[in-house]
Amino acid sequence: MKILDFFEKTGDLALYYINQAGRMALFLLSTLLNIITPPYYKVSYITKQIYIIGSLSIFVIIFTGAFTGMVLGLQGYNTLRKFSSEGLLGSAVALSLIRELGPVLAALMVTGRAGSAICAEIGIMRNSEQIDALECMAIDPLKYIMAPKFIATVISMPLLTAIFDVVGIFGGYIVGVGLLGGNEGAYFSSMAKDVEFQDLYMGFVKSICFGLLIVWICSSKGYFVHMERNGGFGAEGVSRATTNAVVLSSVSILVFDYFITSIML
Amino acid sequence: MSEQPIIELNGVRKRFGRQDVLKGINLSVMEGKTTVIVGGSGQGKSLIIKHILGLMKPDSGSVHVFGKDINRLKKAELRDIRTNFGVLFQTAALFDSMTVFDNVALPLRERTKASEQEVREIVHEKLKMMELEGSDEKYPAQLSGGMRKRVGLARALVLNPKIVFFDEPTTGLDIARSNEIYRVFFRTQKKLKYTAVIVSHDVPRIFKLADYVALIYDGIIQDCLSPEEFQVSENPLIKDFVETTMGQIYTSEQMEGE
Repeated sequence: MKILDFFEKTGDLALYYINQAGRMALFLLSTLLNIITPPYYKVSYITKQIYIIGSLSIFVIIFTGAFTGMVLGLQGYNTLRKFSSEGLLGSAVALSLIRELGPVLAALMVTGRAGSAICAEIGIMRNSEQIDALECMAIDPLKYIMAPKFIATVISMPLLTAIFDVVGIFGGYIVGVGLLGGNEGAYFSSMAKDVEFQDLYMGFVKSICFGLLIVWICSSKGYFVHMERNGGFGAEGVSRATTNAVVLSSVSILVFDYFITSIML
Repeated sequence: MSEQPIIELNGVRKRFGRQDVLKGINLSVMEGKTTVIVGGSGQGKSLIIKHILGLMKPDSGSVHVFGKDINRLKKAELRDIRTNFGVLFQTAALFDSMTVFDNVALPLRERTKASEQEVREIVHEKLKMMELEGSDEKYPAQLSGGMRKRVGLARALVLNPKIVFFDEPTTGLDIARSNEIYRVFFRTQKKLKYTAVIVSHDVPRIFKLADYVALIYDGIIQDCLSPEEFQVSENPLIKDFVETTMGQIYTSEQMEGE
């Protein structure tokens, strides 16, 4: 009987995850379809979401960008000095930030700040019947709530990544040139020589993909909170869904980062 | 004019895991009338409303609204049907990050082409009808339970729906607040002439509003009768329900017999 129990539980679990994957995939497709088909949502909904997801994340992006650049300056300068290549510090910092660290760290920060908020907000709306109320009013929640969030995140992510990159480059400059005495001209000239359009393009593509990943995972986890395996009801259900959303988004960002890099390199 | 059913449920079954909750619901809701669904907690009363609203699909059976099977409709067609619905949820389901005014205005802003001036006029008219003047700028969290329900009702009625659903409209309210909701219901139905479906366990007071009372027990609608017929029904389950909630009912025949 124990063996049967084991198979039953494994089967249950497999069915749950297959169901969840299907639900999330359909959710993504329906939302994307809602974005491109009329009736269109009001611009004010999108600008409001850009403010919440993008503008309110700027401080944390500047802060983390600055320290990431500073630590890159510190580590890079000391490592490059061993090979007497301090002049390459600028390009090392810029390439690390533009191709990898900028999109990934900015996405992780947005996941923690805005992704969790998206999941919790939608989860509470689901549990307090607000989403049902919208449906009963013949207002499609995918169009009214999700579409503006999707558009806003996909617009905000590349901009936040760009801010992260620029602030990081100046952070590296402050430490590498200002504190450690590297050559100012070499810092910027090596950067101008080595950073190519392809690098910027890779960072741009990554930031858009990560933005889509964050908003997709976080909003669908909130939207389907009532279908969570261990019961998605009440404050505890929403908190569990939010934790899951943040963990899944963060892991997906790192996994997708590898695959996007391997495709684009 | 004979009464026409506006909503018809035929053999609606719903199972959650291993639990059969609805075991073949048959119910007709007549146009312009008030049908009250009563029954114990956990019997699936609210579930019936969710099936009529199209928020849940039955495992088998059909739900017809305005003669159309709502589970076979396309999304856009279902949306069109729902423009005729108004729903007062058990928890009122107000949008907690919006003011009272914005809550009531939302269906107008999203579903009609009304100008902001017209929206303002209609919302104020509905709020006045609900005796909620002066509460426009408050948030749901700043309102009492009764006020929240009245805002929910104002929002449900703002597009002048043909059918209004009330899911436990007075649960959690004291007698004075419950009476307030009933008074508002009575007044608005008289004015707007909508069909009402009420899920409630506020027996016997809800009988005063009802044209028909349906008892759900063991996943089945035992019968749907006028309140007078319901109270003297010989169906043992209905009789038991009436006696549990209202005490012994004495008919004139019984009195004479004694």
